[in-house]
Amino acid sequence: MTAPTNTELLTITLAEGRRRLVAGDVTSVQLTQMFLDRIADTDDEVRAFVTVTAESALEQAAEADALLARGDAAAPLTGLPIGLKDVLMTRGVRTTAGSRMLDRLVPPYDATVVTRLGEAGAISLGKLNMDEFAMGSSTEHSAWFPTANPWDLERVPGGSSGGSAAAVAARQCIATLGSDTGGSIRQPASFCGVVGLKPTYGRVSRYGLIAFASSLDQIGPFTSTVEDAAMLLQAIAGPDPLDSTCYDEPVPDFSAQLDRGLDGLRVAAPQEFFGDGMDDDVASAVETALDLLAANGAIIDRSPSMPSVPMALPVYYILAPSECSANLARFDGVKYGYGARGGESMWADMEATRQHGFGREVKRRILLGAYALSAGYYDAYYLQAQKVRTLIRREFDRVFAEHDVIVAPTAPTVAFRQGEITDPYQMYLNDIYTIPANIAGLPAISVPGGFGKGRMPVGLQFVGQRLDETALLGVANAYEQLTQWPTFPSGNVGST
Amino acid sequence: MSDSDSTQFTSAQVRHLASLVRIELTDSEVEEFRSELASILSHIDALSEIDTSGVPPTNNGADLLNIQDDDASRPAMEREQILANAPQREDEYFRVHAVLDQS
Repeated sequence: MTAPTNTELLTITLAEGRRRLVAGDVTSVQLTQMFLDRIADTDDEVRAFVTVTAESALEQAAEADALLARGDAAAPLTGLPIGLKDVLMTRGVRTTAGSRMLDRLVPPYDATVVTRLGEAGAISLGKLNMDEFAMGSSTEHSAWFPTANPWDLERVPGGSSGGSAAAVAARQCIATLGSDTGGSIRQPASFCGVVGLKPTYGRVSRYGLIAFASSLDQIGPFTSTVEDAAMLLQAIAGPDPLDSTCYDEPVPDFSAQLDRGLDGLRVAAPQEFFGDGMDDDVASAVETALDLLAANGAIIDRSPSMPSVPMALPVYYILAPSECSANLARFDGVKYGYGARGGESMWADMEATRQHGFGREVKRRILLGAYALSAGYYDAYYLQAQKVRTLIRREFDRVFAEHDVIVAPTAPTVAFRQGEITDPYQMYLNDIYTIPANIAGLPAISVPGGFGKGRMPVGLQFVGQRLDETALLGVANAYEQLTQWPTFPSGNVGST
Repeated sequence: MSDSDSTQFTSAQVRHLASLVRIELTDSEVEEFRSELASILSHIDALSEIDTSGVPPTNNGADLLNIQDDDASRPAMEREQILANAPQREDEYFRVHAVLDQS
């Protein structure tokens, strides 16, 4: 059965899909089949998916339709097709984290977010490509293949959640989940012209998220609207006895302030987020956005200075590799995944496993972390980075004492070409504006903020106060309503 | 710590780090990582110039202490599903190279 692929249904949002499913003018099987057809039609070019779970998706869709036919639409995402970054454990469905190390891992359990999406009625279309173990900013470090940017197939989609961003931009899914350790949701959202939200650290359970840097990692949604981001966050947020770093706080209604508007909103635009290294086209788009916010009642304050913020990148490249060198010690070729055999000793097998199982970027970061944690360097690197982390958090606290939200570019450039950046540190600079929110544990969102050179999307980032995603989403929605930038590169990929 | 001292890496240092994290490296990898790590650290060394006297370290992402869970039993994962992922198994065990030298 091939459902007609029409642009109107392809660009459907979660909110509109919900209305139409409940009203009965479209079925979940129709929607699911349409997106599966879209994947078949476009993924030779986009390469967003590592695994497509067509059969189980259609089964789940049929079950959703049976519920809807009985008038049972209690679950808020009933029948809506989404995709999952391949770093999230899915029971019975191969999960690779973009690494040869996990080439044949079929998890025996679901990540908490996957369980919650299932309880919310969502349909999973499959697993999305990513930089290996979420380390990268271009999805070129996937062990499998690079993913293309739907706006220009010769450019990268960003990373590490590049598959999750590209799948929404190419309309292969209505929405997806990704993970963000230093910008891995927001930077690809910026590059692909979609909405990407990193919640407050501890808002969403990390149980079943294959760990990269545990004090920084957070799961969040990719969507085509801010309203959808609120809907998807609603389904996955909240305390979890399986994650002791998850806040035991009641989950608010994240949609409560979507209509708040901008009047009187105190917006900080700290100097350090508008410094060297930002391309002119990005600067120009962000200035236009600031003017628009001001013209609609927001009070833009460019005076705040956060002198420690430029240190967020060095802090990150101590803390994240240190945590990763510990987290990735578990890949020893014994219990699961790839395991080399035939060496002269257990250690030889383990060292060969990790030589062949890990890619270059992962090895580089494990070595860097081991160095920062090693005797004689621990105080100078790891402990010093943790102290500067405190300074950065304090500077955010000071700004939020007098402002409601911080605005900044998401990334210093538009999407670059595949193969264009080869120096590791140049690649790391992509995350210069996104890393500070991870260091401080704050919620942050990237929304489409216009276009730069080559008509490539530019992302506008808002950073909010701890556990106040509701206000953050309100501000982002107000900006989105003023602009309505397209989130779908019509005509670029596939037949639509 | 000055840049010139801290960002020089020797091949022996890279090999030592690799042995700590149990990764075998080829000679060409050692050389590449030697120069890349030195380059990355040269950018990171600016951290040492920040005055952090009297500043406590932040060592987690949230302002949380451990959350206590009820000491109640719950179903464990199925043994067969776990073992099915093993690179090498024998009956209900993970099979690995002998750990202890028998000589």
